[in-house]
Amino acid sequence: MEIVFDIRDLSSWFGDHQILKKIRMQIAKNSVTSVMGPSGCGKSTFIRCLNRMHDMTPGFRTEGEILLDGVNVYSERIDPVYLRRRVGMVFQQPNPFPRMSVFENVAVGLRLNGRNMSKADIAEVVERSLTMAALWNEVKDHLSQPGMSLSGGQQQRLCIARALAVAPEVLLMDEPCSALDPMSTAKIEELIEDLSEKYTIAVVTHNMQQAARISDNVAFFLMGELIEMDKSGKIFTNPSDKRTEQYITGRFG
Amino acid sequence: MTGTITFRRKAVDRAMKWAFVLCACLVILPLFLIFFDLLIKGAKELRWTLLTDLPRPVGEAGGGIANGILGTVVITCLTMSWSVPIAVMCGIYLAEYGRGKFASAVRFTVDTLTGVPSIIMGIFGYILIVLPMKRFSAWAGAAALSMIFIPVVVRTTEDMLRTVPTTVREAALALGIERWKTTLFITVRTASAGILTGILLAMARIIGETAPLLITTLGNQFWQTRLDQPMASLPLQVFSYAISPYEDWHDKAWAGALVLITMVLTINIVARVLTREKK
Repeated sequence: MEIVFDIRDLSSWFGDHQILKKIRMQIAKNSVTSVMGPSGCGKSTFIRCLNRMHDMTPGFRTEGEILLDGVNVYSERIDPVYLRRRVGMVFQQPNPFPRMSVFENVAVGLRLNGRNMSKADIAEVVERSLTMAALWNEVKDHLSQPGMSLSGGQQQRLCIARALAVAPEVLLMDEPCSALDPMSTAKIEELIEDLSEKYTIAVVTHNMQQAARISDNVAFFLMGELIEMDKSGKIFTNPSDKRTEQYITGRFG
Repeated sequence: MTGTITFRRKAVDRAMKWAFVLCACLVILPLFLIFFDLLIKGAKELRWTLLTDLPRPVGEAGGGIANGILGTVVITCLTMSWSVPIAVMCGIYLAEYGRGKFASAVRFTVDTLTGVPSIIMGIFGYILIVLPMKRFSAWAGAAALSMIFIPVVVRTTEDMLRTVPTTVREAALALGIERWKTTLFITVRTASAGILTGILLAMARIIGETAPLLITTLGNQFWQTRLDQPMASLPLQVFSYAISPYEDWHDKAWAGALVLITMVLTINIVARVLTREKK
């Protein structure tokens, strides 16, 4: 099993407030890793460290290492701009770019990343990305419509297509279904499974059923600590830590 | 007993509501009064030649404000040619980067500038450009108008950019788009309708400014397109017609004012339509 992210004793703070406490875990290539836990356990903070989305937050700092192919993403050698091209992200609220069409939403990453692609090439990548995001058939006749005119579930798949278009290796998803209805959620979950053949995926969720359905591995976070991490089958049937058991049996969180 | 209290409460409620409505009417009334008054008084001289002819000497029939219209267009374009980029970039700085003491100082200064009387801006243009050049000029007028235009647009740009949700910026950054590109091509684009509206409203404001131009561009009775020469402008032309002792010039002042307010109103309506399109 090939390791993409090797996280070693990651701690982080917003000002004086410690959010993450010495997280040690690994994320395997071409698998789905879920980060599960109650609200405020630090799971979103954690996943946003992986592509350095906290860089703009004043007062945020980290200790420890996040090795991506052996290089710490917080080291001087890593330019966050390039890091984010390798490690894409889908957010909790679907956030298509306002004032851009469906097509532009997917194409804008290619255009602004200075790849000098021809129009035909861009159109091809847009079609491929939308197809991978299982949205192409629904929008192929409405590519010039505003991205915002789509339904919530479609918007989220548009955001996934947008992230895929710049060809990342890893896709981070921060509660990608929590703003969606059950039908849309089912579609996104199916999509996550399909995508895991080609991409390494890390999903934050507070929904245990979802974690059970989609993940190969599950990490359980509580109060900024990693309580345990294991195969999905194991953690839901036979957790090693009492707190995990309490969480999955619904005794708290 | 509760009945009378309820009655009183409802009556007060209704009275207050009508007081609010009345004040709202009072606020919008002047625009209609001004516009209809101008329509009636300006109609007499409102003919095609008003827009195409130069002013004529007293006693001669006809004559227009064409040079004033041209001058206003030239001076406004000149002002905006540098004021728009400077103001928008400054607004971007305040909204996207502006933390800390320097940004607060800029914000405070801009707010103060917004409240400075326009004649002071005229004096500024006079001292800075008219005195060294030893000549009234369009340049000096544009410099003075910039000082009125820029602060307004800086603040509207900042406000509009702040309405763009953080999630939009994050989405762009997460795609590996550099911050400056995110700002210019995503964030500013998202707020573009609002920013454009701010620019148009500020433009409408400087089109009507008279005081700062009196001591900078001075005015001109003839065609003048050289920027280093005194130049006519619509508000100045209206002013000089209005303070003249001649009856037919007064009529032209009314007509000129009507043209001026129509220009301003048109720009405001365009701005309005642009904001609506955003939704």
